[in-house]
Amino acid sequence: MKLVVAIVRPERLNAVLEELYKADVQGLTITRVQGHGGEREQVETYRGMTVKMELSEKVRLDIGVSNHFVEPTVKAILKAAHTGSVGDGKIFVLPVEKVYRIRTGEQDEAAVTPVGVPAHG
Amino acid sequence: MNQGDIAWMLTATALVLLMTPALAFFYGGLVRGKNALNTMMMSFVALGFVGVLWALAGYSLALSPGGPFVGGLSHVLLRGVTLEASGAIPHLLFMAFQGTFAIITAALISGAIVERMRFSAYLVFISLWMLTVYAPVAHWVWAADGWLYNWGALDFAGGTVVHINAGVAAFVAALVLGPRKDYARQAFLPHNVPFTLLGAGLLWFGWFGFNGGSALGANTSAALAFVTTMLAPAATLVVWTLLDLVRNRKATAVGAATAIVVGLVAITPAAGHVSPISAILLGGIAAVPSYYALLFRVRTRLDDSLDVVAAHGLGGMVGALLTGVFSEKAWSGVADGLLFGNPGQLWIQTAAVLATIVYSAAVSFTLLKVIGAVMPLRALASEEALGLDVSQHGEEAYAEGDGAILVLPDRETPTAPAFASATAQGGRS
Repeated sequence: MKLVVAIVRPERLNAVLEELYKADVQGLTITRVQGHGGEREQVETYRGMTVKMELSEKVRLDIGVSNHFVEPTVKAILKAAHTGSVGDGKIFVLPVEKVYRIRTGEQDEAAVTPVGVPAHG
Repeated sequence: MNQGDIAWMLTATALVLLMTPALAFFYGGLVRGKNALNTMMMSFVALGFVGVLWALAGYSLALSPGGPFVGGLSHVLLRGVTLEASGAIPHLLFMAFQGTFAIITAALISGAIVERMRFSAYLVFISLWMLTVYAPVAHWVWAADGWLYNWGALDFAGGTVVHINAGVAAFVAALVLGPRKDYARQAFLPHNVPFTLLGAGLLWFGWFGFNGGSALGANTSAALAFVTTMLAPAATLVVWTLLDLVRNRKATAVGAATAIVVGLVAITPAAGHVSPISAILLGGIAAVPSYYALLFRVRTRLDDSLDVVAAHGLGGMVGALLTGVFSEKAWSGVADGLLFGNPGQLWIQTAAVLATIVYSAAVSFTLLKVIGAVMPLRALASEEALGLDVSQHGEEAYAEGDGAILVLPDRETPTAPAFASATAQGGRS
């Protein structure tokens, strides 16, 4: 199993979710995060006080997948999160030691396989 | 007395009272979220403390017959404040209307010391300030035996008494308290600009009572003051927006809210004294000094956090002086200003402004030093870092409630969460 961690633009989130849905990726967690990835700072002014917003808003997706699902997941995100400007984000693929499904106690492949789909070996 | 006058003044009193909660929103939106309640409470408590003190003693010191500098004690505890006529309205209603002015003036000062002043020290300060600074200055300008009144100083609704007075006290308070921790090293951003816009809108609404009500009856003077109160801030907003666009190519929302307040402050002393077209000019001109004062202030060590000096102090001064320029007897029936052949009025206005500045600065400074000798004025640095909502009030403006454990009234110590005690036992075994 792998954990796919993607940091994407908030305004691309809906497109990413749609693309993941099309790729049959069903289990995921999203978090609103802030980060800095070399994009140009946003400048704001409050009563003559000018500030550079060094951290920009991003969305982080955590998706636990079985090995053969890694490629379609990554492809879906690459396609949907892309705008071509600096700040589009990153995708990390991490090895996962162990997965448990809390409801049933199922482990590993079975735990990351959606209900009703037979687990691949 | 007629019902029309009484009806309008009842309404106007309620409108001015609403300005203090409006100010709470205006200020509350401009601070960081961890200080939102504290900032709003600084306005709200004035409704209670200043409101009660006004009835007990403030009204008498301000508006009962006395000397040229302060009123007497004849109306202490509202003695003799009855339903008999005072002008066109019941004396009691006049007292209440004036009370709403004392409340907002005291609350205005809080903008200079938010995010760091101890709440109890603030309560003592605004209570004593109303009695020793606001009441005497109100007497000078509005009482029949006040020295500025008799000298012919024009202050329709409180440009000197309310705005210059509060602005100067704010300047002194910011100086005495010192800047917030991390001021000028870290950016403090407004946490809720929509609150600030809401506050500005409600202030404008309430200000129709503030200026329109200062005619003390439902009459033509009230109509003039009402219309100038509509036009002057509109002009300030236009000029401010253009200045923003020229300087930054962006019209800011905080700027728009500020502009409205500056325009309202500037028209306050002039409201019933100038023509509607003069009001537009006055409002437009008033935008310029306050706009540049804001830009200048952020580069100084003076942490007048919400710019009370630039908006109320400077806006009030510009308004008070321009009243001496634009006043027009043909409209007000009172006095002409510089443009209408009476240059002397401008000198009277200047003297009134200077007298207010000197007195307010001296007494506010003394008060803060005396209070500071008895109790700490500032919250601890650690309390400031945590936020004054939790440290001063034991509340949060935006509590999530996650991880909050209910302390049951019959237990002395909070129940530890089950997993924490299990882990602790596991660690020992």
